[in-house]
Amino acid sequence: MFQDLVLEFERQEREAERFFDLVESPNAKLSQNTNITPNTTKMSEFNFNPDFYKTKGDISMAITSDVSHKRGILQKLSLAVVGIGLLLMMVAAFGAANTNPTPFLWASMGCLILGGVVYTLQAYKDRPAGIKNNGVMFGQMTSRGASAWVFGIVITGLYVLLYWYPTLLGLGKDGAANTGLIRMFDPLSQFLKGAPASEWFMYGTLYTIAILVMGFKFIWKYRHNKYQVLRTISVMFFQLGFAFLLPELLQALKYPYYDFKNMWPLNYYFFYDWNINGFLSSGNVGLFMLIFGVAMIFVISPVLTYFYGKRWYCSWVCGCGGLAETAGDPYRHLSDKSLGAWKIERWMIHSVLVFVTVMTIAVLYSFLNQNPEGFFVTKGMMVGIVTVILLFVVGVALMNKEVVREVKPQIRYLTVGIAAAILAFTLFAYSFGSSNVFFMDSYTLRSWYGFLIGAAFSGVVGVGFYPIMGSRVWCRFGCPMAAVLGLQQRFFSRFRITTNGGQCISCGNCSTYCEMGIDVRAYAQKGQNIVRASCVGCGICAAVCPRGVLKLENGPKEERKVIHIRRDDVGIL
Amino acid sequence: MHIVIIGNGISGITAARYIRKLSDSQITVISAETKYFYSRTALMYIYMGHMTYENTKPYENWFWEKNRIDLLQEYVTQVDTENKKVHLQNGKNIAYDKLILATGSASNKFGWKGQDLPQVQGLYNMQDLVKMEKNTNNIQHAVVVGGGLIGIEMVEMLQSRRIPTTLLVREKSFWDIVLPPEESEIINRQIRKHHVDLQLETELDEILADEGGNVRAVTTKDGKEIPCQFVGLTVGVHPNIGFLKDSGIETQKGILVDEYLQTNVPDVYAIGDCAQLRNPPAGRRPIEAVWYIGRMQGKTVAHTICKQKTLYQPRIWFNSAKFMDIEYQTYGTVLNSLREGEAQLYWEHTDGEKCIKIVYEKDKQKVIGFNLLGIRFRHHVCEEWLHEGRNLQYVLQHLRAANFDPEIYDQHEDGIIAVYNQQFPNKQIEVKSKKSLWNMIFKRKVQVQN
Ligand SMILES: Cc1cc2nc3c(=O)[nH]c(=O)nc-3n(C[C@H](O)[C@H](O)[C@H](O)COP(=O)(O)OP(=O)(O)OC[C@H]3O[C@@H](n4cnc5c(N)ncnc54)[C@H](O)[C@@H]3O)c2cc1C
Ligand code: SF4
Ligand code: SF4
Repeated sequence: MFQDLVLEFERQEREAERFFDLVESPNAKLSQNTNITPNTTKMSEFNFNPDFYKTKGDISMAITSDVSHKRGILQKLSLAVVGIGLLLMMVAAFGAANTNPTPFLWASMGCLILGGVVYTLQAYKDRPAGIKNNGVMFGQMTSRGASAWVFGIVITGLYVLLYWYPTLLGLGKDGAANTGLIRMFDPLSQFLKGAPASEWFMYGTLYTIAILVMGFKFIWKYRHNKYQVLRTISVMFFQLGFAFLLPELLQALKYPYYDFKNMWPLNYYFFYDWNINGFLSSGNVGLFMLIFGVAMIFVISPVLTYFYGKRWYCSWVCGCGGLAETAGDPYRHLSDKSLGAWKIERWMIHSVLVFVTVMTIAVLYSFLNQNPEGFFVTKGMMVGIVTVILLFVVGVALMNKEVVREVKPQIRYLTVGIAAAILAFTLFAYSFGSSNVFFMDSYTLRSWYGFLIGAAFSGVVGVGFYPIMGSRVWCRFGCPMAAVLGLQQRFFSRFRITTNGGQCISCGNCSTYCEMGIDVRAYAQKGQNIVRASCVGCGICAAVCPRGVLKLENGPKEERKVIHIRRDDVGIL
Repeated sequence: MHIVIIGNGISGITAARYIRKLSDSQITVISAETKYFYSRTALMYIYMGHMTYENTKPYENWFWEKNRIDLLQEYVTQVDTENKKVHLQNGKNIAYDKLILATGSASNKFGWKGQDLPQVQGLYNMQDLVKMEKNTNNIQHAVVVGGGLIGIEMVEMLQSRRIPTTLLVREKSFWDIVLPPEESEIINRQIRKHHVDLQLETELDEILADEGGNVRAVTTKDGKEIPCQFVGLTVGVHPNIGFLKDSGIETQKGILVDEYLQTNVPDVYAIGDCAQLRNPPAGRRPIEAVWYIGRMQGKTVAHTICKQKTLYQPRIWFNSAKFMDIEYQTYGTVLNSLREGEAQLYWEHTDGEKCIKIVYEKDKQKVIGFNLLGIRFRHHVCEEWLHEGRNLQYVLQHLRAANFDPEIYDQHEDGIIAVYNQQFPNKQIEVKSKKSLWNMIFKRKVQVQN
């Protein structure tokens, strides 16, 4: 009996031994003096400074700063080809392409595409598929080094030129022919829509090429991950087809410029007079566009967001998101994860949402005020619709169970207050027959919005600051579309990121690589699912997690915010 | 009440956090390595440049003050249990009412000749990492000794710096004291696929130095000499308890504790890597030096101190790791070889990098464990099945509910079900559709965050 017990104990001991990483040498005895000498060096705030990257780093300009892979001749060559492409654009900007732009166009764009593709192929060739983040924190370009700052300043500068000084880029004024860089894009524009290029045509072309080339890179980098591959093909498709080609073709056919996947409030000019007039003067097609645009924001997007979360838009369809996910991928880890940043984010993004709402109401109101008969929606109807929407917001803020449970009363009352104020202004203006809603010229509001949000924020800051603040600055702090979809995702959606029980080791990869600055680990290490308004569902947190802890999925809404803990409340599973 | 915790790793910090949740006591955490809690499991990613040290801190710096958890970066030289005081290296001492020891582990060395040369080191703490950075700068070849979890991490780190590496493994196959042969073989292949010189059944003999006293080569028991400038010793860890020698706290390999995690001295507790259970639960080891155990014990001890005495009761064993590009998860009991009365169902993907293994008891086909490579399973579903003692048939029918791979990934349940149907032709499995598994996946008795 006793013998049995001893044997049983030994058996257990032996088995358990094998669970665990304690290898004991049978013949070598553990040295006696092995309690490591106490570590008394204090590493106050510890700075890790890898010399390796200083000595071996031909990496100052590389967006894949991964030195675990040696750059071959072909790869260096391809980088040079990209350089030639940029050089060609530069000389074109100074007028070299004015007389004969076609060869410049094809040569420079060809160099960019070919060089980019070959570079990418070489970068991840010969290496097993898997997560490729070696050296991200050391490379100058990816860790806010000098070259990142230079790059950031250059793109910021280009955006400033694009928005406010397009003539410096060669835009012909008042019917004059284009020169310089924009001139170089004339042949393509002529080919697509039979008109010379505008600065926006040039921008659209470069933007699309960036998404395609960098999208290719992203796919190749994440080739082991079907979710990433498919998602990237999707953004590339929507950019090329819906954002670039289709609108140009529509214009060639004398229809209004329209990007079907873009919707209000991201597309803030949707309700502007010239846009609506454009639709209205284009017969049934224009009418369809108008109805489709309204349906997008009020029907299609809430339904899709309910089923799939905002990711269906933000990381599968949207062009801003598309650029962030592809060209912005090397910078995704630069987003600020602090609680402070999250607070700023919530105030900012919702303020922009209020701003765009106010501005749009003002614009629509004055438009309808000036055209009492011109349109099948009258001023009265519009005021009615606005009233219904705002009352709906008030109702949700006061009565929706989940909202009431999870949002601080101050915030809910503030929301109610703002909605009520907008409503009061609107009704006041309407009943007194005033021509402006907010005692302010709608054009003033509109131009401020266009300047501050449309240009400065979404363009200059949004992309120009990629190398410094990460790839989703606009999406996180500024985009009113993200705000709307975020609210839906947070309260009315089946989407969540499930945490796999107790498997998290708090390593921090997920938080580090979340482009939206969500501290994913804070949830994962508690065994709690992640339901956050800002999550764009890119799935990178789940991809980089070394322990398979995270899964993006859609399921019953009620079960979304569970914590996977044991029933006795001690220990996570 | 003043609660002093020595060690700011996962165990000590979890204890501190829960004590703060449950009580208003004064809490002091003393730890020598770093001021702030960081994730030890992420050490490799700092070296590889995936993350910075900042990124590995699970809480922002303001967290500690806000939650009134005092942090003290000092080394404890001695514990005076008689007067309830700990002595610090700076000569001061601190009085405690309750003391929690959470001092973790230290790397093993087995008395090899040359093991104390400057370029020979283990990998356990931040200081090791800094050392490794220095030691591996501009070298031609590295040797890592020991085929375990930290060993393969070190190899991966060296790979990220393009340093040709030899991995010496004493056993027949990688980590085969834990992994069954099939899984172990997959990992052998993976290591070689990454161009690592994997030498199995090869034991370190001694480490040779040049005239300058720097590492120049290692020799193996079978007489080979491998030139190298760096040697990583990753041959396991042991509890870091040297400073407790004359404290009256009973120790063996680790600090001996009962099932409430109390030591023999009243008001002194030990948790995490440094604690050794006097009576471990059936099938469990007295010391389980993994992250999760530290977390569970930290929470348990907080309950014991602040509320009522709470038994430390780990439930189903689970663990996970990543070997280069292959993720590994395990639930329940899968030993490196089947025991009497056990059988297994094994499926391997044709790419040779994914597998599912289900171990069960032969008589009633009760499932007792899962091993997974390259495929993720749902923790709570596996846990529930193992806890309820479900049989193989049931598990296979519902296997889809356990899958945790990202959306759109290929599903592999059919593979292992085919293996079953082949082995038991008269008991064909009828797979439940995903819809009917809905409740198993999502509807659980759970606590909703307030
Ligand atoms: C490289 C590596 C990778 C790992 N990966 C995994 C993994 O993937 N999964 C997993 O489950 N586990 C992993 N582990 C194991 C896991 O990290 C440990 O089990 C866990 O960290 C133990 O936590 P702890 O709180 O008990 O001790 P520790 O984290 O070791 O913390 C103890 C602290 O106490 C300090 N200390 C000790 N003595 C004194 C003293 N006298 N005075 C002052 N301070 C003192 C130490 O400096 C240390 O900071 C890994 C370990 C390493 C080294
Ligand atoms: S939480 Fe994950 S899926 Fe969501 S945005 Fe961040 S990285 Fe992407
Ligand atoms: S990456 Fe995975 S293991 Fe690491 S903190 Fe995030 S969820 Fe946890």
